[in-house]
Amino acid sequence: MDSSRRSFLNLLLGVTGVGALGSIVYPVLKYLTPPQNAEQSVASVVAATVGELKPNSGKIFKFGNKPGILIMTQNGEYRAFSAICTHLNCTVQYDPEIQQIWCACHNGHFDLFGKNVSGPPPKPLESFDVEMKGENVGDEIVVLRRS
Amino acid sequence: MIQRLLTWLEDRVDLSSIKHLIQEKTVPRHRMTGFYFFGGVALFFFIVQIISGILLLFYYRPTSEEAFESVKFIMTQVPFGWLVRSIHSWSANLMILSLFLHMFSTFFMRAYRKPREITWITGFLLLGLSMGFGFTGYLLPWNKLAFFATRVGTDMVSVVPLIGEWLLRVLRGGEDVTGATLTRFFGIHVTILPMIVFALLGIHLVLIQQQGMSVPIGARIKGQIPFFPNFMMKDLLAWLLALAVLAGIASIFPWELGVKADPFASAPAGIKPEWYFLFMFQALKVIPAHVLGMEGEVLGLAAFGLCGLLFMLVPFLDRKAQREERSKLITGAGWVAVIFIVAMTIWAYLD
Ligand code: FES
Repeated sequence: MDSSRRSFLNLLLGVTGVGALGSIVYPVLKYLTPPQNAEQSVASVVAATVGELKPNSGKIFKFGNKPGILIMTQNGEYRAFSAICTHLNCTVQYDPEIQQIWCACHNGHFDLFGKNVSGPPPKPLESFDVEMKGENVGDEIVVLRRS
Repeated sequence: MIQRLLTWLEDRVDLSSIKHLIQEKTVPRHRMTGFYFFGGVALFFFIVQIISGILLLFYYRPTSEEAFESVKFIMTQVPFGWLVRSIHSWSANLMILSLFLHMFSTFFMRAYRKPREITWITGFLLLGLSMGFGFTGYLLPWNKLAFFATRVGTDMVSVVPLIGEWLLRVLRGGEDVTGATLTRFFGIHVTILPMIVFALLGIHLVLIQQQGMSVPIGARIKGQIPFFPNFMMKDLLAWLLALAVLAGIASIFPWELGVKADPFASAPAGIKPEWYFLFMFQALKVIPAHVLGMEGEVLGLAAFGLCGLLFMLVPFLDRKAQREERSKLITGAGWVAVIFIVAMTIWAYLD
């Protein structure tokens, strides 16, 4: 009888202990997790204006709180991608010499469709849609997230 | 006078164990005695880190708007500020270098064998924590190189199974490396890491005092050197030498500040982490994107994690050492590690 009472008390103590510990640890872990910010949901942004980019060049723009890259190809076509390298998060740049998107961090290369062609990046860059508001110098070039 | 003070103290505090330690402690003399110095030298650099770090705290501001400017202020306006910061950065590097030398020398001398398993494990953890200090401290000046190095470095935790993504958010204080990351790293660098290090270092040092110096397997002992004062004098000489080297390097090559970080700029060419991460950096760079259907990066990091774990557990894996025998396998593995680290580091520099 005595020993079963003892083990019951031990159990009670254990459960209380775990409960107390949990009630401390859980809020702390939650506290450490930063709250999701609303900025995420930016769907489109003016990335540049007509005339800003020369053929065979690129520009980094802010897409919400992340960098994007707008490229004007040799033939004057616009393309837009997320500028965040799929390897380890560096910001890519346009390399006019080889006409590819290049990541300086570990020498990753992407072609003009955002496809990873050499180096460590495992996936293509996320592509965005480009919408021209007009053909004249100063008209806005809008970049949209693909749905 | 001093005698009176001592007896006064002795009546209140039991000093006999310390006295005993000072009188009895000896250091064995053999071919490898020289390697006993690296631990002490690392300790010296750690003390320098504490002092210079506290000094930096008087002017440093851990926000993305002010961090770069405050470090610049330290380096250009504050009297001897450049020296304090330079010392802090250089001493960090020299500390890690001494820790590597200390660890590999104790490894090859099999100093981890019974009863020193805990000493080895705490030592190994201390090296890891020091690299954590280096990693978190690197970001604090908020310059371009550090910004991208941190992006790359933190992204790696996302490969941890199950909790990786969450861990990444906690570490960065959000989706991306921002001012929130800077503030977090600062907190980790000046409170969390020091607390853990003090605890582990305490255990490490107490154990060394209790267990005395380990003697390499099969070493021919040519007598004992009394620790006090003979060996201690040599130790102090080593510290003085370390100080001279540190002061020399820090004033001849002041640590650079670089360009302020711009989260919306492309990564600069030639970004590299601090040299003690280079071997991992280089290895990850040369592993192809996909190996056997796995992401190369994941595979590489898993391999590093596993090697680290094996290294930490070597006291339990090296059965021969427990029988006071040298194992060729362990020696070989040690040399492979050394050669791998050195070769990868050199390659990364040349690349
Ligand atoms: S982060 Fe772009 S190649 Fe590694």
